[in-house]
Amino acid sequence: MQRYILTRIFYSFISLILLSITIFGLVRISGDPVILMADPGAKEEDLQALRVEFGLDKPIYVQYGVWISKLVRGDFGKSLYYRVPALELYMSRLPASILLMAVAMTIATLVGIPIGIFAAVRVNTWLDSFGNVFANLGLALPSFFIGLTLMLVLSVDLNLLPSSGSGTIKHIIMPAIALGWVLMASNMRLARSAMLEVLGSEYVKLARIKGLSERLVILKHAFKNALIPVLTFASIQVVLLMNGTVVVESIFAWPGIGRLLVEGINFRDFPIVQTTVLLTGLTIVGVNLLVDILYAYIDPRIHYGQ
Amino acid sequence: MDSSPVMAPAGTFAGQPTVLSLSRRVAAKLRGAPLISLGILALLVFTAVFADFLAPHNPEVGNLRLRYRPPAWETRGSAEFILGTDHMGRDVLSRIIYGSRISLIVAVAAVLVAGIIGTTLGLLSGYIGRWVDQVIMRVTDTWLALPPVLFAILLAAVLQSSTWKIPSKWNIVIILGVVFWTRYARVIRGEVLSLKERDYVRLAIVAGCSRLKIMWTHILPNVANSAVVLATLQIGVVIVAEATLSFLGVGVAPPEPAWGLMASEGKAGLMTGYWWLSVLPCLCIMLVVLAASSLGDWFRVWSDPQLRQL
Repeated sequence: MQRYILTRIFYSFISLILLSITIFGLVRISGDPVILMADPGAKEEDLQALRVEFGLDKPIYVQYGVWISKLVRGDFGKSLYYRVPALELYMSRLPASILLMAVAMTIATLVGIPIGIFAAVRVNTWLDSFGNVFANLGLALPSFFIGLTLMLVLSVDLNLLPSSGSGTIKHIIMPAIALGWVLMASNMRLARSAMLEVLGSEYVKLARIKGLSERLVILKHAFKNALIPVLTFASIQVVLLMNGTVVVESIFAWPGIGRLLVEGINFRDFPIVQTTVLLTGLTIVGVNLLVDILYAYIDPRIHYGQ
Repeated sequence: MDSSPVMAPAGTFAGQPTVLSLSRRVAAKLRGAPLISLGILALLVFTAVFADFLAPHNPEVGNLRLRYRPPAWETRGSAEFILGTDHMGRDVLSRIIYGSRISLIVAVAAVLVAGIIGTTLGLLSGYIGRWVDQVIMRVTDTWLALPPVLFAILLAAVLQSSTWKIPSKWNIVIILGVVFWTRYARVIRGEVLSLKERDYVRLAIVAGCSRLKIMWTHILPNVANSAVVLATLQIGVVIVAEATLSFLGVGVAPPEPAWGLMASEGKAGLMTGYWWLSVLPCLCIMLVVLAASSLGDWFRVWSDPQLRQL
């Protein structure tokens, strides 16, 4: 077990290094990094001063080392637009995003998994095909489509919810549904296929032969085991959430990191873009590690070698 | 697994297959194909190719005095602008028609770029193995961990401030190609790993073929099928990604009529009742994406009866 965890940590570490090399490399191949750091239209002598200040005359691996050591010390550069450290800005926006993601994930779980289970129990009925259409739509539609449709129906036509902003519970409903939609669809699909597999297994057959009621078979024997694949999917869910949050936050003017990223690119504020992507990557690598370790605890069948 | 489905049946050896038998065979092959989806995609290709003849107005130049005309079936609508006009007085129908061209070009080009990068790296990774494999696969894992939209925005920011000047349409092709190659690399690598143990590959090694020649003439044709299936499955994903990036303002630049961009420009009008500006392009995206994904699913099953999970 201990060895398993250590290898996982080692792999995560390698991922982080590769992530940083990727981002560092991308920034460097695109042209003069000084132009990225300076305000657009800066004078040539200012650029030269910046080059000396950042040690850009040194070899590339030295530059990478310097860059990394700054990141480790929490120095992600300064936002060009807000004139505050990028890390500080990111941290101030993070709670709003976490709140939104948590609500979205809750909705997706509470709606998606039961529908999936029902679809599997009543396989090949109208309920199942309805769920299937719903899942396909959820997976295929871009999240801005869902966001705009919700806005059109719930705030323009019915005038129930505010169209943008944050602060009250009413504000979070639409962005959370828009963000959770794709998760709901994937939860549903996953729960359906996992449940179908479990329902066909020997121990469920045995439980039925024993004469247990159908309700008890499903709730006590099948449901618990069908949850394992759904749990492992959690790390992919985080990727989906991060992906969707960029779009949803900018539609509904939700003040989180997704909107920060879009602001970053619209104001040509490169440090912000870089910081957001780096820290998101870090978060995802961390979540993956956590899921791997948790999974080993939950499912005793996993073997800890390699 | 490489039983080419278009191979002629033994009965036709006597002469060239007639047009009739050929069309009958094509019809037999297409049985079970999602015809509605095929129709939608055919329409997409048709409008994309003939946009110049189909569009009633110029998609990028409008008349400011004719702003916010609703579609023809609403009370204030006119037959001149069937789907209404936008905030700059441009004809929405013409913009949607030209938008189909952008969607199609970007999707096909991006899928090609991603496919070429991914297949090449997958081949190298699977065939050469050792440290090449380690490096490529670790990079693939890392890139897969990044959410595509965030990664694409980072790339857009890099290209935005780079010294190269590329038109926005090709910018997004590069971005999507770089973001989406990882899946090809993974799948192709897996197939190469099993293919390279086959006898014909070993014989080619014994015969003294160079690694490059083996990869090109002996392995590539056998993984091409998977690459094509993956590409059809990715078309819908790439269209959504392009629309999303254009919606966020980092994709196709105005005044070009990309659907995602139209949806984003129309968002401001949504609250004031100009619903058609964002709803219509969104509907187009929805139809095309659903069609592409159902066709991709069908094609996967059709070309791969054993249902390997690609």
